[in-house]
Order: sequence, then C-alpha cells, then structure tokens
Amino acid sequence: MVGIVDYGVGNLFSLRSSLVAIGADAFVSSNPEELKKADRILLPGVGAFGDAAEKLRASGLADFIKEEVKKGKPLLGICLGMQLLFEKSLEYGEHEGLGLIEGEIRPIADVIPADYKIPHIGWNALHFEKNDCPLFKYLNEGDHVYFVHSFYATGCKDSVVATAEYGAPLTAAVAKNNVFGCQFHPEKSGNVGLNILRAFCETEETSLC
Amino acid sequence: MITKRIIPCLDVKNGRVVKGVNFLGLSDVSSPVELAKFYSDNGADELVFYDITASAEGRQLFTDILCEAARTVFIPLTVGGGINTVEDFDRVLKCGADKVSVNSGAIRNPALIGEAAKRYGDQCVVLSVDVKRVNGVFRVFAKGGRENTGMEAIEWIKRGVDAGAGEIVVNSIDTDGVKKGFDLEMLDAVCNAVSVPVIASGGAGCTHDFTTLFKTLPKVDAGLAASIFHFGEVQISDLKKELKSNGIPMRI
Repeated sequence: MVGIVDYGVGNLFSLRSSLVAIGADAFVSSNPEELKKADRILLPGVGAFGDAAEKLRASGLADFIKEEVKKGKPLLGICLGMQLLFEKSLEYGEHEGLGLIEGEIRPIADVIPADYKIPHIGWNALHFEKNDCPLFKYLNEGDHVYFVHSFYATGCKDSVVATAEYGAPLTAAVAKNNVFGCQFHPEKSGNVGLNILRAFCETEETSLC
Repeated sequence: MITKRIIPCLDVKNGRVVKGVNFLGLSDVSSPVELAKFYSDNGADELVFYDITASAEGRQLFTDILCEAARTVFIPLTVGGGINTVEDFDRVLKCGADKVSVNSGAIRNPALIGEAAKRYGDQCVVLSVDVKRVNGVFRVFAKGGRENTGMEAIEWIKRGVDAGAGEIVVNSIDTDGVKKGFDLEMLDAVCNAVSVPVIASGGAGCTHDFTTLFKTLPKVDAGLAASIFHFGEVQISDLKKELKSNGIPMRI
C-alpha cells in the first residue's frame, strides 16, 4: 500500500490516478497515523521550496517521514518532493530540507548556458549514472520523461542515479538506500513514468541502490 | 537534449470532440477520453483540451470528461476555453490538468495572469494569443478571432510573460485553416521577444510543415494542430519519426 503525503501543495489527482492505473493500492493522507499503515511513501510537491518545507515541518510530517525512512520504509520524492529530500535549498533565500540525501538545491541558471530557456520544461532523455537502481528495473537508457523545474540538486555525491542533458547534466533521479527521488514527473511521463512507479512499488524495504 | 513537442488539440463541446472522424480501432471517435488515449498511445507529447461550451451544464460535463481523461492518460494536459478567473484555474487543475491556457479572459482582465502565476506557478499559466496582421501590424484578436482588440501582439505577449505566463501559444489567424504551413514570420517575432517556451499553432497542413517549422525556427518548442490529426491526414507516430530522421530531437 502506497501512502501519498498530502501537505497542501499541489494537486494529487494525477499521481493517485497513475498509481491506480498500475494496480497499486494507494491512498492520500495528511495524517501521520494513517500514513504509518502504508508500506511505502510518496512525497509529491509543486511550488516553492521554503513554503513546502515549512508546511512539512509544521504538520509534523517532516519528523514522521524521517522516522519511517529510518525504519527502512521506501520513500519516493517527486519534483519538489525530491528537492525536499536534500539538506537545503537556495530558492529565494536559504531553506532547510529533510536532509535525507546529501546535497543542495540551486537555480539551474547557475549551470546552463544563457540562451537556454528556464524552466527546463518538456521531455528529456534519462542518462543512467548507475545501472542497478531499482527504479529503472523496467527502463532503458535514453527513455524520455517529463520535466518542469527551474532548480536542481547539486553536490549529491554518489546518490545521483540519472541525469538529463540541458546544456549541462542536470540531476534527474537520486537514490540512497531506501530513499528515492525523481526531478521529473513519472505520473506525466507516459508508460516510462508508470514503469518507474511500478518499480518503486516493488522495491523491498531497505533495498540498496 | 530536450525534445520538440507535438501537441494535438481537442475542441470539446457539450462533452464531445468537435470534428471527430474515423480512426481505426476507435469505437467512439467523438469521445474526448478515447481520442486522448489514442493520441497518447501514438506519441503525442502533450494534449490540449479546449472547452468551447457556453452553457453551465456543458461546463460541468467538460470538467467530468477532463477528470476521466486524466485517469486514463499520463502525459501533460493543458486546458483552455472559458478560463476567466482563478477559480476556473482551480476547477480544472483539481481534475488533473497541468497547465491552464488563458486567452480572452486575460484580455478582459490582464491581472488574471499574475494572480494565477502567483498561486500555481508560472509553469502552470499558458498565454494563448490569436494574432492577425492588420495593415502590416500584428494585432491581438479576441472572442475566437472575431474581434480586433487593437493591441499590438508582441507588446501584449511580453506583458503576459512579465506578469508570469510560463508559455505562449501563438495562433496565427492568417495561416489558420489555410494548411500551407505555420506563420514563420510571426513566430520568429515572438521567439525573439520572449524567453519562455513558444508553441506554434495554425497552418499545419502536412508533415513537411512541421519539419520547416523546427528547422527554420529552432527556438520554437512545440507544434500544435487539430484537424490534420483528427482527420488522420497526419499520424503523430509517423510525423515524429519523420522529424527525428531530419535531425529534430523527438521522443519516439
């Protein structure tokens, strides 16, 4: 059973629908007691990092997520949800994240050429940095996924499992033990995206990536 | 590398696709949900649902259909038509839309762009503009291209982007329906004026028109069309293969 964390940012209709489409048992909740019943957790998110991080902390969900991860429960962060897994973000000020993965969030403008459009929006190919990530069980190198973002994760050491080329290699997916993150939207990436969600639903507790 | 996007547009009236024709294997050609799935399976990179209903019942029906489509199709969905308030944004985003396209609603109330961008992010707000040459000047037309607003199009588009529009759909009334290719001159002017993604609309008659579009104007991000896809004149899967063989980055 997949628990989708609802903390008031973004609508979760498509994400929930995509899980239903792959036959996963999914529910949306903002209540840690309910989410505890899930055997894996999905952290979605769109919008601004600072606001989202604050909502996660204020609701007690930040502590809850950290505890569950410590117990070995698989966690997948999507888009802003992935960025929140990191230590901090420099999006309009400096904000603290969950600190589950080493690294920080910076504007893509820092690394891409000046004539590239921001946000990085559209379908881009995945380049695997690691071939054995459980998320890519059903994928091929070069498969396309849908991105919408203006900030990216950097300084992630060896947790980067895939990048996308946009004038610079941007972090597309990360993994560290039972914590996973996708900068792109698997729920909007057609069959490739559904296959990533399917693979996530099949990850074992504390599986190593 | 980011790929160029091919976007079919579905005009929906009273819950049915207008201009639906026969597709092999489709039991109901005017069902927006079936057509959306068909396009998605054939490689569409994104879908636009355009609500051309006037009545309240029609609007409710549209919203229901949108929800159904978002349960079935897992590619980005943009919704346009009848978007006049932030509440309209809310209504369609809750049904699984990813982006909302404003046109006449933003002309009537330009503050709508900024209000929506602030609440949902720039990436969510698409400014769609119907443009026609009047005495050699690009003018913005409202009400489905029937009314000249007198506004200069490039200025209006720049203003929209400054207010928070994250993407621009340029629909050339001059080339729309003519099927002799996109309006390259107009699109070039828009691409040079703004740094957000530009989607070309109006004029596609064949595969070659898309090749010319992306080859001539590498800054254009996407090509949008309706009738050539609906009437089966161009199959999206064939179109994308052809574009890729011409060196244009495509998701196949």
